[in-house]
Amino acid sequence: MTTVDEPAVAPEERPIGFGRMKRKEDPRFVRGKGRYVDDIKLPGMLHGAVLRSPFAHARIVSIDTSAAEAHPKVRAVVTGETLAGLGLAWMPTLSMDTQAVLATDKVRFQGQEVAFVVAEDHYAARDAIELIDVEYEPLDAVVNARHALAPEAPVVRDDLEGRTDNHIFDWEAGDADATEEVFARADVVVGQTMLYPRVHPAPLETCGAVASMDPVDGRLTLYSTTQAPHAHRTLYAMVAGLPEHKIRVVSPDIGGGFGNKVGIYPGYVCAIVGSILTGRPVKWMEDRSENLMSTSFARDYHMTGEIAATREGRILGVRVKVLADHGAFNSTAQPTKYPAGFFHIFTGSYDIEAAHCAVTGVYTNKAPGGVAYACSFRVTEAVYLIERMVDCLADELGADPAELRMLNLLRPEQFPYENKTGWTYDSGDYPACLRKALDIAGYEELRQEQREKRARGELMGIGLSFFTETVGAGPRKHMDILGLGMADGCELRVHPTGKAVVRLSVQTQGQGHETTFAQIVAEELGIPPEDIDVVHGDTDQTPFGLGTYGSRSTPVSGAAAAVVARKVRDKARIIAGAMLEVAPDDLEWTKGRWSVKGDPAVTRTIQEIALAAHGSLELPDGVEGHLEATTVYNPPNLTYPFGAYICVVDVDPGTGTVKVRRFVAVDDCGTRINPMIIEGQVHGGLADGVGMALMEIIGFDEDGNCLSGSFMDYLLPTALEVPAWELDHTVTPSPHHPIGAKGIGESATVGSPPAVVNAVLDAIGVRHADMPLTPSRVWQALDRGEVEAPQ
Amino acid sequence: MRITVNVNGEDRTREVEPRHLLVRFLRDDLELTGTHWGCDTSNCGTCVVLMDGEPVKSCTVLAVMAAGHEIRTVEDLADGERLDPVQQGFIERHGLQCGFCTPGMMLTGRALLDRNPDPSEQEIREAISGQLCRCTGYLNIVRSIQWAARKEAEDARAEAAETAGSQA
Repeated sequence: MTTVDEPAVAPEERPIGFGRMKRKEDPRFVRGKGRYVDDIKLPGMLHGAVLRSPFAHARIVSIDTSAAEAHPKVRAVVTGETLAGLGLAWMPTLSMDTQAVLATDKVRFQGQEVAFVVAEDHYAARDAIELIDVEYEPLDAVVNARHALAPEAPVVRDDLEGRTDNHIFDWEAGDADATEEVFARADVVVGQTMLYPRVHPAPLETCGAVASMDPVDGRLTLYSTTQAPHAHRTLYAMVAGLPEHKIRVVSPDIGGGFGNKVGIYPGYVCAIVGSILTGRPVKWMEDRSENLMSTSFARDYHMTGEIAATREGRILGVRVKVLADHGAFNSTAQPTKYPAGFFHIFTGSYDIEAAHCAVTGVYTNKAPGGVAYACSFRVTEAVYLIERMVDCLADELGADPAELRMLNLLRPEQFPYENKTGWTYDSGDYPACLRKALDIAGYEELRQEQREKRARGELMGIGLSFFTETVGAGPRKHMDILGLGMADGCELRVHPTGKAVVRLSVQTQGQGHETTFAQIVAEELGIPPEDIDVVHGDTDQTPFGLGTYGSRSTPVSGAAAAVVARKVRDKARIIAGAMLEVAPDDLEWTKGRWSVKGDPAVTRTIQEIALAAHGSLELPDGVEGHLEATTVYNPPNLTYPFGAYICVVDVDPGTGTVKVRRFVAVDDCGTRINPMIIEGQVHGGLADGVGMALMEIIGFDEDGNCLSGSFMDYLLPTALEVPAWELDHTVTPSPHHPIGAKGIGESATVGSPPAVVNAVLDAIGVRHADMPLTPSRVWQALDRGEVEAPQ
Repeated sequence: MRITVNVNGEDRTREVEPRHLLVRFLRDDLELTGTHWGCDTSNCGTCVVLMDGEPVKSCTVLAVMAAGHEIRTVEDLADGERLDPVQQGFIERHGLQCGFCTPGMMLTGRALLDRNPDPSEQEIREAISGQLCRCTGYLNIVRSIQWAARKEAEDARAEAAETAGSQA
């Protein structure tokens, strides 16, 4: 168990390959020498600020920029009209919709971008946006998604030709008839309506960019907070008509992403336009309110689920209808070919005969986004649905939630398992994982304690969740981004002295790639990780690939790093054969060296081979000199990490305050590269889950005013709201991944919210209440046995 | 207005507007970008610096209010190549991921240990509760500060033993 304060290993025990190892990136961060976008200062740099709409829905009558232009420190004022002249007033979204860069006809959500000012300093830019006079004609707003399809609802997207309502898509998966059949013969059917509220990734670094267009050679350098520098470069080329080879996107140190930094925001485009117009570099950094009110939110899924089972608790079928609130533009930053992402993995970790889902997406007068925040493209919503439904079923049957889960979990011999909506789970031993979590938690003792406390009128709850994640996007049959496939390139070069550089297409936002990827190459080549430099986040220095989100770095780029290292190893074998004057087939590999089979003393280290590859050795026919390789990895399948989570809460009956007393998390992410980093990823995701379950919601009033536009109102958990996490793991390697790794970044965010909610509801004896379970909502539930859905 | 602020042991004089925030003075005027900015409402604490030894959120201190005071930022934590035990603790116990909250967290940890060399877990959690971290779930930050407390206690014991030895 890792509740013990396990040390990172001492330097002399540092692994050459996988194992617990301190991070290579930390020395610069602890000295305050990280280099984030806002730390960049270029000669002659100007500062931009965005004027935003105060209304959720209003027609723009006029925009008067004359006073702003007269400000002595202002260098440019950009409006939608300016952009229309450049063909940039609208941009495509990652979901094949269009989004206004700066509004021209009307504003469609509070906080929408209306104008952009470029000035000599930050304060002057902020002063000048106040001088812009915009006349609005307010319109009725569509705020509640449940009313978006009413005939009298105002039409949000009247810019789209022929659009007369707010409907975006209808989509379904699974087999409706087969599901109807199992429901007809089930002993028990339980239904439950639930809302996964709108939440926000809220990385501590907001979004921003520094754009520098060289007016002479036409080269654009864009430093930006992006999780996907290559994808962004291609999109800028497509949108702005700039030649792709003249665009360099640099993603320096990033202060957290969580999906918030996958999409392209109007501010980035405005910074580029500002630089084009002024001939000088332009920095734009949004403030916290802008981040919370205008950038990619997550969730906002109104779900009605039903679960069918036998009297004994065997789950037969599950079905769900979803109303998905996509906000004013369909700009969900997700690469799947399905409008609801991977939501159709909602059969979860159970052996279910039939399943069906139907999802309807609608426009509302709220900020766009929808898929962000460590969600694996709607797996978060799917896991929440099934894990809540299983608890509702347990409540109906009077069954123990742990026993009910154990009864229905997929068994190890069923893998690879094809679920009823088309996903092939790669590997797993689910019962062992759940058993381990129950043992660590002391489940029976906890239930005993709960009975004793209940007898005294104290409210204690125990909540479970068993989740299956879907990560490593991904196979071309399931996904692409505007036609771009989800493969990742990797380049590895071993220098003559045996040091190496590996270049990645993915980009870290804190996940520790500089360490993890050095360890992958170290494991394959036997070069110590500290001798391997990891280069990432700069399109001029790295191979093409689609970036870091959906927990895809290790499953896709990690595979590429292993494959490219094996290519180098194979070449090293041929060169070692020439060095030792034996056939390559007569050599065998032990970590870091090729040796003659049966005579390990006759050997050449990878460092010796690297020098020879660059030296005067007579190379075998067909072998080029040097020691390097490139690869592109196309994932054959997704990977399916999983885990069993148990949350213990105490609820104050007088105030409704929830205290998360314990949280046990047993994760399986396949092969573990650096356990310290894995644990860190899980810790962070668990805190996110506690936040979503208990505190976080982006709320609106009936006019569409955002009620959560600062950290005064959008509450994130602090050190006092979270417990000392208790972690453990099982290891079931992925059979199709070169090193068996599955990815871990989002497991805890996906798996923890239902565990917390299930625990609170278990404590208060209410079948369902929607997140966030704030004290007032818990108190309301205790008082009335139900609570109204949040808005 | 012309102000002089002692930053990291050195008097720094600049002309500033009255509305200029301390965080911007440090970042923009002195180019000490280790102090971060994250919210403007005194909630996130990525801008925490020490003012006369006490943690303050530099986004809600005007630069002019810091005139005549001593400010210490993350850039001053290490003694040359030698890291402060709090910095070393964050490396040893994986107390950081993206690194954005880290300078503020470390400075609060430093101030805590300066007044309470042996804090309990709860005392550490309370000390950092005015600051947000979105990556670590806080546990490893707590452990990092505990590591530093232990290290400083060990170093003090070793020093005491050495002094006693040399006197004997």
